[in-house]
Amino acid sequence: MTGIVVVSHSRQLAEAAVDLARQMVRDGGPRIEIAAGVQDPETDQPGLGTDAAAISAAIEEADDGQGVVVLMDLGSAILSARTALEFTEPDIVERTRLSWAPLVEGLVGAVVTAASGADPAEVAAQAEVASEAKHQQLAD
Amino acid sequence: MTSENTPVSELGLHELTTWLRRCTELIDENAPHLTDLDAAIGDADHGANMQRGFDAVAGILDGEYEDVQALMKKVGMTLVSSVGGASGPLYGTFFLRFATSAKGADALDLHALFAALQAGVHGIEERGKSMIGQKTMLDAWVPALDAYQRAGETLQGAVLAGAAGAQEGRDATGPMEATKGRASYLGERSVGHIDPGAASTALLWEALADVVRPGGPTPDGEADADGEAAS
Repeated sequence: MTGIVVVSHSRQLAEAAVDLARQMVRDGGPRIEIAAGVQDPETDQPGLGTDAAAISAAIEEADDGQGVVVLMDLGSAILSARTALEFTEPDIVERTRLSWAPLVEGLVGAVVTAASGADPAEVAAQAEVASEAKHQQLAD
Repeated sequence: MTSENTPVSELGLHELTTWLRRCTELIDENAPHLTDLDAAIGDADHGANMQRGFDAVAGILDGEYEDVQALMKKVGMTLVSSVGGASGPLYGTFFLRFATSAKGADALDLHALFAALQAGVHGIEERGKSMIGQKTMLDAWVPALDAYQRAGETLQGAVLAGAAGAQEGRDATGPMEATKGRASYLGERSVGHIDPGAASTALLWEALADVVRPGGPTPDGEADADGEAAS
């Protein structure tokens, strides 16, 4: 199954988004890894931020051979995800897609699509049209 | 090795480590200032983020490194995984590319240092998909490299010129309108504020100047690259 990585500045935001998306695939579903927040060395508390090395590790963890789709929140999450690809196994990078989808809607779309066995390109594509459903709903 | 009278003609592991320690000191001293700059046009975390990153760098400097590449790669990876904000991947990429350029070198002379700095700056451009004039750290890096290259001749002269170029570039970000990063959300309201990334870049150059300057840091005169001069 295509693996999913959630990159966010906030650990809590990522965990909550994953909980929400998992409701759609109660039995089974794809592997979802979280790379979110940074550790404050002084307080040892999770703080806001992104960590490219952690993203790279999450991508390698999420890959079962079929590939990975990475969903991000904003700004440095995108820079960090791109940087992560510099030190990720080249084979895995080849089957990894960074998706521009909005995090919550995109994650739901991606998880459902991945659960059907779709490849990373299809999972990323479905994540990216996921916000269209919201658009339609408000237009009704 | 730096001594009172012999100008530094190349940077080996000792000098590079000294540079990075000096970076950590200057970032620590200037963290509140960097955060103030970021409070004006960003999310007010640049000082704290840079401090966290360079404190982590200070923690790896006592390790044993085979050559310049090994040290700088470790610095890049450390920044990438500890800064948290956009400066993490940007400065991290700078040091990773610097490392690659210095492959196999025990020390960097005038030309090798330029090549490494230039490779690092290309990395920043590529990672941030940005260029000079967009009110980013590149507006300090690019004039610094230009000044370094123009000064030529000696490592010391080139680095001091580069540090002055970085300061001028930093100050020139004031009137610019941001089109990249968080500040771009402010549009015209970003005008009139120094870019925090350009300010931290000028500190890295100031630290490098301190390494090559005979007798170390000087408290006054043209060597004063402190961010306060901008206000």
